[in-house]
Formats: sequence, C-alpha cells, structure tokens
Amino acid sequence: MIPTFLHAIPLSSQVINLCAALMLLLAFAMLAQRRVLTLINLFMMQGFVLFVSTLIVALTTNQHELLVSAGITLVLKVIALPLILHRLIRKLSVKWDIETLLNIPTTMLIGIALVIVAFNVAQPISQLSGTITRATIGIALACVLLAFLMMITRSKAVPQVIAFLAMENGLFFAATSATYGMPMVVELGIALDAMVGMVIGGVFFFHIRQQFDSLDIRQMERVKEG
Amino acid sequence: MNFYALFAQLLELAVALVLAPILNGWINQCRAWLQNRSAPPLLQTYYTLSKLFHKDVLLAHNASTLFRAAPYIIFSCMALSCAIVPTLSTDLIFSPAADAIALVGLFALARVFIALAGMDVGTSFGSLGSRREMLIGFLAEPALLMVFFTTSLISQSTSLSTIVETLAHREFAIYPSLAFAGVAFTMVSLAENARVPIDNPATHLELTMIHEAMILEYSGRHLALIEWASCLKLFAYSCIGIALFFPFGIPEAAQPAALALAAIILILKLTVGGFLLALIETLSAKMRIFRAPEFLGTAFLLAVLAMLVHLLLEAGQ
Repeated sequence: MIPTFLHAIPLSSQVINLCAALMLLLAFAMLAQRRVLTLINLFMMQGFVLFVSTLIVALTTNQHELLVSAGITLVLKVIALPLILHRLIRKLSVKWDIETLLNIPTTMLIGIALVIVAFNVAQPISQLSGTITRATIGIALACVLLAFLMMITRSKAVPQVIAFLAMENGLFFAATSATYGMPMVVELGIALDAMVGMVIGGVFFFHIRQQFDSLDIRQMERVKEG
Repeated sequence: MNFYALFAQLLELAVALVLAPILNGWINQCRAWLQNRSAPPLLQTYYTLSKLFHKDVLLAHNASTLFRAAPYIIFSCMALSCAIVPTLSTDLIFSPAADAIALVGLFALARVFIALAGMDVGTSFGSLGSRREMLIGFLAEPALLMVFFTTSLISQSTSLSTIVETLAHREFAIYPSLAFAGVAFTMVSLAENARVPIDNPATHLELTMIHEAMILEYSGRHLALIEWASCLKLFAYSCIGIALFFPFGIPEAAQPAALALAAIILILKLTVGGFLLALIETLSAKMRIFRAPEFLGTAFLLAVLAMLVHLLLEAGQ
C-alpha cells in the first residue's frame, strides 16, 4: 500500500481535480440532455475543460509534448468539431428532439452505477500510477463508460456520433491522468481517427436520410439484400 | 448559561424575521426589473402582511382545529429552522441541540401540516395541491439530505455549526464535491420554495399551482402567517446555501463587533443571492409537473455524485 497524501495537495493538482469533476458533471449533463443543439454546446464545454486540464498538467510537469496535445484539443474539439456539427444539424434541420430508448431518469441511475463501478475498478490502477493526477483515473474511466451508455441509449445518428466523440474525450483524459499522455504518434492517430470518423459520419447522415427520410438508425434494421 | 450565545441566537432570529419579507420583496423587485415591468416597492411584502393581519379570518364551515392550528405550527417550524442555521455566529445555544438532519425534519414537519391543512376543508384544489406538494417533497428531501451528508463527510460532523466552522476557517482548498453539492442544492431549493421551474409563486392558474393551491382556503392572519412562513423558508434556504457554500465572514469568536460585521456581509450575500434567484426564474420556463421527478432526480444524482467524488478525490486530504 502506498500511503495516502500526508501533506496538502498542491494547488495545480486541486485544479485538475476540479476539472475532472467538471468533466464528470458535463458527461452526466450530456446523458440527460434532450436537445441536440445543447448537446453540441456541452460537448464543446467538455472539450474546453479537457484543454484546461491538459494545459495545467503540461505546465506543472514540463511536458512539452502535452502542450501540443492541448493545442490539438483546443483546435479540434473546442472549435472545429462543434462548428462542423452545428453546420450539420442546420443542414439536416434536426435541432431539437432526441429520442431516447430508455427514459432519462433510468439512464441516469444506470449512469450512477457505472460511476461506482468505474471508481472501484480504477482504485488499484491509481495506486500503481505515480503521477500527480492519479486520483482522476476513476473519473476518466467513468466518462468513457457514460459516453458508451449514451451511445447505447440514443436512437438518432447525430447524438450517437457526439457520444463517440465524448468517449474520445474521456480516453484522452484517462491517458493524461494515468501516464501524462500517450506517445505523440498514437495521439495524432486518434485525433485524426475521431476527425475522419466524424466526416464519414456526416456523409452517412445524408445517405441515411435520403434513403429512409429519417435519422433514426432503427430504420437500418429493415435493410435487406436485393 | 452562555449569555453571548443567547444574545447571538435572539439577534439571529430577529434578523431572520425582519429580513425574510424584505428578501422576498427584493427578489420580486429584481424579477420585475428583469422582465421590464415596473417594480413593486421593496417593503411590499410588509404592506401585504399588515393588510392581512388587519382583516377578519373567514373559515369554512367544516374546517377543523387542525386547519386553524396549522399556520402557527408552520410559522414556528420555519422560525425555528431560521434560528438553527448559523448565519451571524456559529456560537448559538441551539447548535448543540439540532443538527442538519433535525433541520430537514423541521421542514418535513411543516410540509406535513401544510399538506394536511390543504386537504382539511375538502376542496378539490386543496387536495390537488397537497398531493403535488408531497410528490415534490419526497423527491427533494433525499437530495437535500445527500447534500448535507456530503458536507458532513468533509467536516466529520452533522452539526451545522461545526460544518460552517470547518468550511469557513480551513486553509484554502478546492472541493470539487462542493461544486456538485452546490448545483444539487440550488435545484432542491428552487423546488422546495415553489420557484419557477417547478412552481410559479406569482400565479393562481388552477392547473399549474402547487403551493398556492394548498393555501387557497386561508384568509386574514392565518394567510399572513403562512406567507411570512414561506418568506422565512426562502430565507432559511438562502442561509443554508450561504453557510454551506459561501461561509466566509461568519465569525466564531465571541465578539459583538464581529456580529455587526457578519450582519452586513450577510445582507450583501443575500442581495447577490436574491438577484441570482430572480435571474434563474426569469431565464427558465416552468416545467410540466411530470418533468419535476426528472428535475429532482437529477438533483439527487448530483448529490450522490458529490459524495462519490468526495470519497475518490478528497478522502486522502
């Protein structure tokens, strides 16, 4: 057993903890949200919190690679992707409603259970890790699981893509908090993947809608050969 | 017998009784400004109260003793809860007697009596309001308790004075769990005080009212007491919010000068808080009653998350 903190935690670490808590709060807000437009704004806020926490980790530990990651986060997740999504929903005119497969209070309760699971699973991992941010691994894991849950419980295509992007946010946060970031190549690859996934998703939206007159992916079950 | 504690206690009660209607008037004024209406005077609630105290009480033929006793019980519950919350000093004679859980119990007692009084006369609106009130109450109470538990975990005590002392006089530290608990508490207090997303205090529209529906049958001094009690409830909730989340400036040492300073700081905080409440009420639309469980469920969830986050991030501190 590594002894718990004997002295007070430094301020930067406290701010990172606060960021982690905000990430979790925003993940829940996204899970509870019924409107696509607000969902995109929440996603943008989550990206911004991620940017701030990465920046603080980079500055306090003098990891210059992390500065680049923080920059990528800012450009991609706070500016580019929300812009694309905003344009997309304007073109598709799906600003408002989201259909959920489960009702929202039930989803939230499942979400709490997931958070407890994530915290318990992360406990031994964070004891192995020696970074200043190790307490936040549980929260990062919880964010990933919550994004998964959102992907499962939404029936429309746009919220599912946002959930996918939010999951990437969670993964990135987990990487920063556990090991001060992944190697640059991996990180660039993932960022690019998310971007490409987004673009492909966008193209798919139009095709799905042309084919079925709706963005409900349940329509896809009826696709038959010939 | 600690005379300072007695003095602080009495002063705090008096301040609550005097300031509560003014706080209500201030919120109404802010709301009016924000909604581009001409504002009522700051002391409007006092004028209403004195008008009501001068009027005769009209009772329904089948009103029972409970109906007549309820306003006094509700008023004393709310006055007592205002006295328990440490606002001017943490050295109060009531503080060893009643902790946060007793405070929630006091609110519950008042709620039971107002709901019973609503059903007593047997009009349909009264029982409709009572049922809705109980629906809101049973969802809001666990969330409120969870908020208190989170702060109790931080300060290792359920006594409100100890909580405030720990939070106000600690060395500076960021508690992420308090952010969650703060959001949850705001949602609960909006619901409990019949404020806009759940209920509208300014309307008598049959289908939407909750609090007003229960007290439709009251008149004269009974109505005045109930109105005053709901002002006191709002005041008590504001003070709990201040005590738990912005406790800076509440003195613990026994100095009369500190009391005066604390009173000024309290008024400043209440001014800002009242404006924020008016802002929330102006910006949000009233929800359908069936959305209320979702709203309060979210509050409960945030409060539970606050506890979890505390255990994960802050337990080592």
